[in-house]
Amino acid sequence: MIRLEKRPEPSRFWTAVTPVLAVLTTMIAGGVLFAMLGKDPLESIRTIFWDPLFNAQFADFARPQLLVKAGPLILIALGLSLGFRAGIWNIGAEGQYIAGAICGAGVALAFYPLDSWIVFPLMVLAGALGGWAWGMIPALLKIRFGTNEILVSLMLVYVAEQFLASMSLGLLRNPEGHGFPGSRNLQEYPAAANTEIIAGTGMHWGVMTAFLAVIAAYVLLNRHILGFHIRLAGQSPRAARFAGVSPPLLVAFCLGTSGALAGLAGLFEVAGPAGQISIDFNVGYGFTAIIVAFLGRLHPVGILLAGLLMALTYIGGELAQFMLGLPAAAIQAFQGMLLFFLLGFDVFSNYRVRRVTSEVA
Amino acid sequence: MDLSAINPLVLVASLMVAATPILLAAIGELVVEKAGVLNLGVEGMMITGAICGFATAVETGSPLLGFLAAFAGGAALSLVFGVLTQVFLSNQVATGLALTLFGLGLSSLMGQGYTGIKPPPTARIEIPVLADLPVVGRILFQHDWVVYASLLLVAGVWAFLRYTRAGLVLRAVGESHDAAHALGYKVVRIRILAILFGGACAGLGGAYISLVRVPQWTDGMTSGAGWIALAIVVFASWKAPRVLLGAYLFGGVAVLQLNLQAAGIAIPVEYLSMAPYLITILVLVIMSADRSRAALNAPASLGRSFHASS
Repeated sequence: MIRLEKRPEPSRFWTAVTPVLAVLTTMIAGGVLFAMLGKDPLESIRTIFWDPLFNAQFADFARPQLLVKAGPLILIALGLSLGFRAGIWNIGAEGQYIAGAICGAGVALAFYPLDSWIVFPLMVLAGALGGWAWGMIPALLKIRFGTNEILVSLMLVYVAEQFLASMSLGLLRNPEGHGFPGSRNLQEYPAAANTEIIAGTGMHWGVMTAFLAVIAAYVLLNRHILGFHIRLAGQSPRAARFAGVSPPLLVAFCLGTSGALAGLAGLFEVAGPAGQISIDFNVGYGFTAIIVAFLGRLHPVGILLAGLLMALTYIGGELAQFMLGLPAAAIQAFQGMLLFFLLGFDVFSNYRVRRVTSEVA
Repeated sequence: MDLSAINPLVLVASLMVAATPILLAAIGELVVEKAGVLNLGVEGMMITGAICGFATAVETGSPLLGFLAAFAGGAALSLVFGVLTQVFLSNQVATGLALTLFGLGLSSLMGQGYTGIKPPPTARIEIPVLADLPVVGRILFQHDWVVYASLLLVAGVWAFLRYTRAGLVLRAVGESHDAAHALGYKVVRIRILAILFGGACAGLGGAYISLVRVPQWTDGMTSGAGWIALAIVVFASWKAPRVLLGAYLFGGVAVLQLNLQAAGIAIPVEYLSMAPYLITILVLVIMSADRSRAALNAPASLGRSFHASS
């Protein structure tokens, strides 16, 4: 007979090991999935995880993409992890990402064609504010009325998507675009473009911001009283109340910050890699970031690594699509599977598995 | 704009069709939550049911087999959630989200090659005598069999929770799993059965979208219906008859919004399409504003993991 015995606190060893175990198991299960789709499993796994980095033919193109894709994932996941630690579930980052992109691009297009250094900082500010405001809607409703933030933040994703469609067909549409939906391309507007800081590396201002945010989040969680309150509220809400933690403040801070970071991610994306506001601007970073946050154990450094890994599956997935004809959806299922295995293996972090020999009563 | 183009009779009749998927998913989730489990994977189970049902119906030519496959597909996916949360004691919120993300990917993978196909039509049942009634006959008694089955299901769940011993045990598990365990009820087994029922219902709801309401297969076609179903359970304050009310209310909003689009009202299409989501938020706010009542009705053990520490 096997019995689970609750650990007084999560095992540090298992907390660090489970993500690695989960990735390995997902590779095996993914291989089985790919084999069922009629692809060579070993070749598929190699194409996804190895070729983008080390195959001479693709690496020149793929390596910079790693940072381009990881940047927004890390930025969004860091914000989400603050809330997840405190038991505040913002799952509408996709909507906040869209809101930030629309606000940032809106500022840029309002100044067009002014050529001044002030344009880009203003866009960054607008992007962060847009995402923050979108994230504060569920926060204020939760504080004032006790509304469930999971459902509200998610509903707002669908609202944001419709708003995005309306913007790219209406207000923000390129007046010289011959009636096609979509805004002006910000890449062609030097004062607003989010360019690579070091050419050929994929390192743009958004990636830089993501790295800075990792450090800031680490300091906040380990060296600041607010970070302590966040961790306390997640581990023991009752103790947190005795310690004088204000739940409304925490809700506003966590949802507002994660909204602002998701908004920033959206702004850097629209001014950089995507270039323009269009109907299909959002590609699901806000949802994948949930997986990144958990895979990174809600820890800033872990999230950095998890973001890079998840970016790799995106790039490798595209490569596998191109080389082996693997459907794009297979990667999405693969990423979902990863989260399953991670959550399943977590039982070892929180519980001790004991073999029990049946005793005579 | 031509509002006279909207026929109120057709509106009410299509309201029932629009509400049925949400109704099926919500009544399943109600049972799950009554057992004390919060499964946020409704959207994922619905979309999986949608493609399982669609693919099976197209391959076999039988919508009935399609719905059976959707039933099984939704239940199978929910079993993953059940095992993870009940046996491996994972966080229910996180696992539910994982279920939705995985379901969306899996369904789009399974749906390759099924876009642009028309499914076999689902049989309508014209209830004898009643269907010939003027006005009411056309609105209420000329639907396909799934609409009637969903109504029977709501009645069944209501009676089960209220009048049967098994229903009482299920509610006890949801209110206090420790007390139920002490009384000798198998908490984990009961919860997994409830989760399976919820998954099967969500699967049926999804298949109704792909086989009857749209009827077609496109990626991500449930577009938030599963989340609206979750909101309806809150709206209904965990009572079966009010799930019916909530689902039909939302069906009404969805249909009215589509009709206004067709009638060419001056509001842009995008803003009309936001309506169901905005109204969901509004309803959630109204329901949770009355804190004492909302807290009284929610099952006390909702979302908490059960671990028998002997």
